Amino acid sequence: MQKNGPVALIFHVLVLTFVLAPLVIICLVAFTPENTLSLPTTGLSLRWFKAVFEHPDFMASFWNSIWLATLSATLAVAFAVPAALAISRYTFPGRDFLNALFLSPLIIPHLVLGVAFLRLFALLGATGSFAWLVATHIIVVTPYVLRLVLAALSGLDRSAEQAARTLGAGEWTAFRRITAPMILPGITGGWLLAFINSFDELTMSIFVTSPATVTLPVRMYMYATESIDPMMAAVSALMIAITAAAMLVLDRTFGLDRILVGQR
Amino acid sequence: MIARSSTLSAPWLLAGPGALFFFGLVLLPLALTVILSFHAYDHSTGIQNTFTLSHYVTVVTDGYYLEIFWRTLRIAALTTLICAAIGVPEAYILSRMRDPWRSVFLLVIIGPLLVSVVVRTFGWSMLLGSQGLVNQALQLLGFPSVRILYTETAIVIALVHVMLPFMVIPVWTALQKLDPMVEAAAWTLGASHFTALRRVVMPQVTLGMLSGSLIVFGLSASAFAVPALLGGRRLKMAATLVYDEYLHELNWPLGATIAIIVLVANLCIMLAYNRMVEARARRTLG
Repeated sequence: MQKNGPVALIFHVLVLTFVLAPLVIICLVAFTPENTLSLPTTGLSLRWFKAVFEHPDFMASFWNSIWLATLSATLAVAFAVPAALAISRYTFPGRDFLNALFLSPLIIPHLVLGVAFLRLFALLGATGSFAWLVATHIIVVTPYVLRLVLAALSGLDRSAEQAARTLGAGEWTAFRRITAPMILPGITGGWLLAFINSFDELTMSIFVTSPATVTLPVRMYMYATESIDPMMAAVSALMIAITAAAMLVLDRTFGLDRILVGQR
Repeated sequence: MIARSSTLSAPWLLAGPGALFFFGLVLLPLALTVILSFHAYDHSTGIQNTFTLSHYVTVVTDGYYLEIFWRTLRIAALTTLICAAIGVPEAYILSRMRDPWRSVFLLVIIGPLLVSVVVRTFGWSMLLGSQGLVNQALQLLGFPSVRILYTETAIVIALVHVMLPFMVIPVWTALQKLDPMVEAAAWTLGASHFTALRRVVMPQVTLGMLSGSLIVFGLSASAFAVPALLGGRRLKMAATLVYDEYLHELNWPLGATIAIIVLVANLCIMLAYNRMVEARARRTLG
């Protein structure tokens, strides 16, 4: 294999710098002892992290987002696994339509989904409830789970399942004891990807959250438009840390490149 | 007989709950929004129960809206071009690396995809601000400081950063399908590096680049966080315009009109592009 030349390597370093610069600057500024957004020059301080943990709005939004992401990822799995079984194992009229319907939130801009939900909830008188917020997030994250579970099912050797059925296992038992464990990597990977996407979602959520259900990204957006102090950097650094931890888990268990790149 | 009816109903039993849920929360709200965009609106009494095309007429004739649409298209196109110019060579360089560097750097490039857009945009607002690192570096080198934040340049820079993984991933996938020995074979047969690159690697890469461009363009044209945080009050794009109409002007029908235009434009571009990519795939790959 041909090696990369010096020009290619310089280009590569420049791209890496570009990709990492905003993340690195956030993590540095988060440790500033000053009152303004500045690089820590005199010393490192944890005061802005402390400020985040003592800020009731940020903490409420953080737990709100954690619950929201957990619930919507779990319910998305509950919808996506049976749907994936139907789509990959049966041919029936409307199959392509169903597949397109389940994947459509990937094509519809989140902005459009946001205003559409807002209209529906206004007509139903359901604006601002947490349960409806969960429902909207299920819509947004289900496609990610579905794609990974479909990929897991398509690479599956069905002989073990057929053997179980021949030996007298019912359909449910065969699924629970044989198929489910075999597609578990796909399900867990899908759940984590769904969790992260729900946890990060801003554009759609901004239309459907109420003051009582503000998610962390929406809170950060509102904070960033109003005031500029290093607390924003500290929250951002915490978000980066959480995402990096989730990425490490994903990578160790399934290979992040496989999940993000090789879905088809 | 029983077996037949069960194979017909089984998939609907499995997928039915999800299908109902998606029907009620995707198709129904979209239909309601389309209807909303035809409702008349009065600034003192709100949404009227009469129907009109006036919002569509306003949006396509009023210079204020046309300028925003034009800016949205320009920024999305520029972002797509720059993403291709950076992402395609970078994917090629990555594919020629050896493990473990290859997987490490691939993670570094596509990993930021999982970091919230608000966080990444905030990082850029610190870098590009009047006292930001970029300006400090310029001053250190003896250049006058420049105003980047709250300009289209800032929006494009941050959008490229957010969208780059969507370009690298499909090009990388296309390159993985290419056997490196084919390129080597071209060299042994006397092709120069440039010819091998152009005749062997490029046809594969182009397919990945086209599907990457489609995603990048669509996402950039409807991006909200980046223009909202880096564009300031005056520099609006389609998404921030919709947000303002809904939450500040409270003119929901007009906001719905713009959202529907964004959606339809997105779907049209996607369909046209898909046709083109498929035709190209048939031609080049047989």
